[in-house]
Amino acid sequence: MGELRLMKGNEAVAEAAIRAGCDGYFGYPITPQSEVMEYLMAEKPFERTGMVVLQAESEVAAVNMIYGGAGTGKMVMTSSSSPGISLMQEGISYMAGAELPALIVNIVRGGPGLGTIQPSQADYFQAVKGGGHGDYKMLVLAPASVQEMCDHVKLGFDKAFEYRTPVMILSDGAIGQMMEKVVLFDHIPRRSDDEVVKQCPWASNGRPKTRTHNIITSLDLDPAGQERVNLKLQAKYKVMEQNEVLYEEIQCEDADYLFVAFGLSARICQKATDLARAKGIKVGLFRPITLFPFPAMQVSNVGNRVKGILVVEMNAGQMIEDVKLSVGCKVKIEHFGRFGGIIPSPDEVVRALEQNIIGG
Amino acid sequence: MTEEIIIAGFGGQGVLSMGKILAYSGVMQNKEVSWMPSYGPEMRGGTANVTVIISDERISSPILNSYDTAIILNQQSMDKFEKTVKPGGLLIYDPNGLTRFPERKDINIYSIEAADEAGKRGLSKIFNMIVLGGFLKLKPLVAPEYIHKGLEKSLPARHHTLIPENEKAIEIGKDLLTAVHVLN
Amino acid sequence: MEEQFAKTEIRKPENIVYKRTDLLVDRPLSYCPGCGHGTAHRMLMEVIEEMDIQDKTIGVSPVGCSVLAYDFLDIDMIGAAHGRAPALATAIKRMWPNHFVFTYQGDGDLAAIGTAETIHACNRGENITIIFINNGIYGMTGGQMAPTTLPGMRSSTSPYGRDVPTMGHPLKITELISHLPGVYYVTRQAVHTPSHVRKTKKALRKAFELQKENKGLCFIEIVSNCNSGWKMTPVQSNKWMEENMFPFYELGDIKVDGKLIEKKEAPVKE
Repeated sequence: MGELRLMKGNEAVAEAAIRAGCDGYFGYPITPQSEVMEYLMAEKPFERTGMVVLQAESEVAAVNMIYGGAGTGKMVMTSSSSPGISLMQEGISYMAGAELPALIVNIVRGGPGLGTIQPSQADYFQAVKGGGHGDYKMLVLAPASVQEMCDHVKLGFDKAFEYRTPVMILSDGAIGQMMEKVVLFDHIPRRSDDEVVKQCPWASNGRPKTRTHNIITSLDLDPAGQERVNLKLQAKYKVMEQNEVLYEEIQCEDADYLFVAFGLSARICQKATDLARAKGIKVGLFRPITLFPFPAMQVSNVGNRVKGILVVEMNAGQMIEDVKLSVGCKVKIEHFGRFGGIIPSPDEVVRALEQNIIGG
Repeated sequence: MTEEIIIAGFGGQGVLSMGKILAYSGVMQNKEVSWMPSYGPEMRGGTANVTVIISDERISSPILNSYDTAIILNQQSMDKFEKTVKPGGLLIYDPNGLTRFPERKDINIYSIEAADEAGKRGLSKIFNMIVLGGFLKLKPLVAPEYIHKGLEKSLPARHHTLIPENEKAIEIGKDLLTAVHVLN
Repeated sequence: MEEQFAKTEIRKPENIVYKRTDLLVDRPLSYCPGCGHGTAHRMLMEVIEEMDIQDKTIGVSPVGCSVLAYDFLDIDMIGAAHGRAPALATAIKRMWPNHFVFTYQGDGDLAAIGTAETIHACNRGENITIIFINNGIYGMTGGQMAPTTLPGMRSSTSPYGRDVPTMGHPLKITELISHLPGVYYVTRQAVHTPSHVRKTKKALRKAFELQKENKGLCFIEIVSNCNSGWKMTPVQSNKWMEENMFPFYELGDIKVDGKLIEKKEAPVKE
């Protein structure tokens, strides 16, 4: 077994980045995720693994730094929270368009605007439906524990390079700030420059005389060319939909009712499932782990076996749209959410199930 | 076994670190744990609380609205959390500075005069460990050897010389409890 | 027929006295005839070729007229978002510290939307070379006012001339960043005459040599014309540049070896 630690979610992200062989972290402080860069600066990976850690002048600069680093084939990441992620949308769109691998961690806080520093899931649409301009997707991972915060960093980097795509970890302030037991994976050495060149023949890292120059860009002024770019991206997203769906089913086998929730909401629903079952209500929990690709077929299979579905989110109803698209209209589907940084309690969730689904 | 605990008081009382030492000790004893702070701009002087869950099973919600144990160290927290203790549960409080004492009859209530004792012994900085000792006396969730390991893991290496003093404070706390209301 | 004629009759090896450098891609430039970009591109590629560092050079192109610079420069390039080139270059250089990294940016890109990235890359003293083409106008989008547009100068968004009280002063960002301790070498050059071209090439060479020595950021401004945007012939635009741009954007070294060049107090103009 790997090393055992009690860590905050934010710290786990940082430690996992070092262990995954990350080449560069570029970020800008914002609550509730500043521990990521604080941890990295304290750990000094630049002295141990050679990983670069740099505090940028803004989120705009940070995301463009990872765009530059990714364009050379290096393993790079940033982290921020909602307002900062909004500023990063430009760079994310460019990276999606230029097909660059990168990891972006969003420790979501309540919005809109400056909002609050308390946890929220209100950035689901932004993360899953595009966020920036143009037709693109990111692979979006939704960890529900500190262990997954750690593991998703490695998984995210793997998938980012496999598909040459930006990957987002969509977490929230509570998971970022809370501490749990983590089993850390073993250190993976950073790739040498030669290995980077070999692994990423597309990257712009210096043209040897043996090849033509590499160009990293998202620009194609010819509409036919730009359409080809788009078709290629869409084809890639289709493959991701077929191969990369992750989800978890908890007590779904005999369920009459179903919670669908991701991240922290799923943890709360898990407790609510126990509370409801103690009252004799047979409810299960379906937890999407990838939000894009969304586990559409899987939630449909479970969802069409039950009498009603409560989608629980710390937002005004975002993932419910994907649940409805997936499950169809034969089953009653309602949303329950708290917003602006309020975390729903397990009791509240059970009451919402009783009132909106069972009694409604 | 699952124990759901809220520890609440002023910032600067060591609420969060008490929770962390307890949680880390649980990890060392191979339990599942979660430590969920109220986070925000409140630093010293503001209210601070942390939910600690120690369990033999996978932990579901790290955020709760009722607890097996509430450890309460100021008046605001008493007002907020007395009512959240599950029937049959445990409330431990330090009466120092309190104006209203717990009134429930369906829970076990103990007081621990940790602030006074810590002041007398010059241990004010580790007053929180005295409180932790009181809790561990009533609910020995974690064995002393693992508390020792938890302290080693939670404290930076330069403070490891303070571990014996912390352990002493825990022992003091174990003998400092006063039963206020005990269920049959 | 014409092509064949050109090949057989004129391009005899003994007739060649001047040729394209190998590091310029053999394709027509997208710039207007008379524009300075082509010459600036050529000088940059000549320097990289002469230093034989093309396998260790990574360029960052901007948004603006030179957005397609990567189509002409036969080295590895990354196209930045508008204004963000110094941020990209920062990360690239940090992760490839033995490579040569440059940005090539226009005035709107560098001195308006990218001001923050420019100033902070300069202030961190990133070991990169910034090549700043200043023609006082937004060329690609059709001649709008730039941060460097001169007082009274007409553009499509200042059709009656830049009105300083309402539109602000032109920004001398090169002087601004020259005061930052992270910046080692700052110079302002031009490419409209052979002697200016030679000086520009020297400055570029110096900047890349200094990059090899990790001296800090080197910043080369090239004051250029925009005959299309200024609505002039190339010859007229060069003359206008000499008469109007150069007095405001004075050519010459601004900071050398990390030290500001002392300038004689210019007489105050009424």
